[in-house]
Amino acid sequence: MSIATVIPAFVTRESFIELEARERAQALMDPGSWRELVGPFDRIESPWLPMQSIAPQSDDGCVVLKGTIAGQSSVVIALEGGFQAGSIGEVSGAKMTAALDLATRDSQNGKKTAAVLLLETGGVRLQEANLGLAAISEVMASIFALRQYAPIITVIAGTVGCFGGMSLVAGISSYILMTREARLGLNGAEVIEQESGIEEFDSSDRALIWAIFGGEQRVGMGVADELLQDDAKEIAAAVQRCLKAGLPAVHRSQQIDLYRDRIAALDTSQQIEPLTLRKRWDSKQAKAKEGSAR
Amino acid sequence: MEQLKFDYPSANRRVSKKAHVGVVGSGDMEVLMEPAETGSAHVSIQTSVNGFGSSWKAVLDRFFARFDGAVRIHINDAGATPGSVMLRLEQAVEVIEQ
Repeated sequence: MSIATVIPAFVTRESFIELEARERAQALMDPGSWRELVGPFDRIESPWLPMQSIAPQSDDGCVVLKGTIAGQSSVVIALEGGFQAGSIGEVSGAKMTAALDLATRDSQNGKKTAAVLLLETGGVRLQEANLGLAAISEVMASIFALRQYAPIITVIAGTVGCFGGMSLVAGISSYILMTREARLGLNGAEVIEQESGIEEFDSSDRALIWAIFGGEQRVGMGVADELLQDDAKEIAAAVQRCLKAGLPAVHRSQQIDLYRDRIAALDTSQQIEPLTLRKRWDSKQAKAKEGSAR
Repeated sequence: MEQLKFDYPSANRRVSKKAHVGVVGSGDMEVLMEPAETGSAHVSIQTSVNGFGSSWKAVLDRFFARFDGAVRIHINDAGATPGSVMLRLEQAVEVIEQ
């Protein structure tokens, strides 16, 4: 492709990353089909942040829209990365759990309702400590309940990425979609550096960070499903493809033997390079094994 | 953390819509703007930056010199500059006057 054809496409696309959480959720749903549950005017804010001299947000950084995507009943839960790094507190966690549980109840009553999670989050909100930790386990329990009936699609667009306890939530969802700008990992770069030293991980080395946590690497090593451009239409289309595909025969997080064998086979006496891991953990291989396990 | 309150009795034009704009990110704020039942404008602010009451009053005085809607405004603020505050308020007005 010549520059003349690449640049107009880049300039005219609608960036997904530049949208706020509410706009992101709206961009995925059928226009006019949605309504917001526990919106900002319901004023359910974190009671804990003001006690610590931090301004709360009227939706606690969690937007829940109920409606349809390509005609299918769905709930979209979007975390606002701009507010407290999208961290999960008591209120935002409860909103997520309740939304997932309503989707499960609707699905059990014959109205299959899928969930789309837009995760831009550093994980547990440290200011809310144990309540945030409890929220993660509640959200995970609700996902396990829902994924018997309908798929859960996680979208990590960036630029906050998805870390900490919420990376576990991403890990047990049915599909993970990422952009090149997005990152996914349990411990973020700064946490690793703080805990294990700069020899272990230099958190100022952006090339290293994206080589380990970046969307291209995560999709390449088969722990995420699709690598997408930062384009609202492209991301919406990918979500619709996942909805159409429905529940995977086996969830990634159910392939315990596959991943146990893979980890056991790694030679940790030498530094494992990101590209080596991509070759070894070829996602096509995993798909083949998944097929034979059916 | 500081709570501030301002009243603008002369802003008494009825409005019917509500608006929510902004994110409580560093240097930014959110505005919730809705029709006031009392028939005049009331502003409440919750800010993580203490000691800027007079700046808030100056920005709001200027805003209500041009805007006369009977609105209830609530602001959650994480250190927005006066310029950003005015832009967010104008953005909210744009939504309710649509």
